[in-house]
Amino acid sequence: MINRIVVGAGYGLKDWIAQRATALVMAVYTLILLVTLGALSPSSFEAWRSIFSNGFMQFMTFLFFISLFWHVWIGIRDIWMDYVKPDGLRLVLMIATAAALIGYAGWAAKILWRL
Amino acid sequence: MADIAIKKKRPKNLDLPTIRLPLPGILSILHRISGAVLFLLLPVLLWLFQQSLASPETYAVAKAVTSNFLVKLILLGLIWLYMHHFCAGIRYLLLDLHKGIELEAARFSSKVVFAVSIALTVIIGAKVLL
Repeated sequence: MINRIVVGAGYGLKDWIAQRATALVMAVYTLILLVTLGALSPSSFEAWRSIFSNGFMQFMTFLFFISLFWHVWIGIRDIWMDYVKPDGLRLVLMIATAAALIGYAGWAAKILWRL
Repeated sequence: MADIAIKKKRPKNLDLPTIRLPLPGILSILHRISGAVLFLLLPVLLWLFQQSLASPETYAVAKAVTSNFLVKLILLGLIWLYMHHFCAGIRYLLLDLHKGIELEAARFSSKVVFAVSIALTVIIGAKVLL
């Protein structure tokens, strides 16, 4: 039996679940995209663009990106927590990672919303 | 009593170069490395995705960049990293559900992950890069 002293909040369960939920979303999207690419073999700009300008795929692609950035946040944060011991440096790396990922999310939205 | 037990000499092997990482261990560290490398290359991949979709002119730029042999080689490597992360991730989801947690099953499934991810890389690479 594990006797854990419960103080404060946050034992990582939310992140553990989020990591897996986002992984499932990305896995499903990967299969959809691979089947689509396999079936259509887009070889021109119009054909390539029409895959992502389709409403369903646009939605799914955006969902993929948001899942990806959330998933990356958990994974990279784990890497910083495992290998970077100085608190200050670790905090800087975490903030830089979060900032980059938030920026990427905006970038992905911009790419998809112009289609 | 507890102190005596801890102080007892126990065999140690910390000669790192001679410790062979078993296949599930290699799978595990590659899962982490592949995730980290894909994260570091995200801006490049997003840029490429943006170029490919923005206009016929930028599509041509993306096409020119990806027709370079060295870039193709790097993309093939990235496809493998993605596919490894994908297959190893599915294995971890099954382990979370307590499927295949026995030693033999876990060793076998790690072999399956390497075989499937490499096969998928070859198929997708041939389709997309050739």
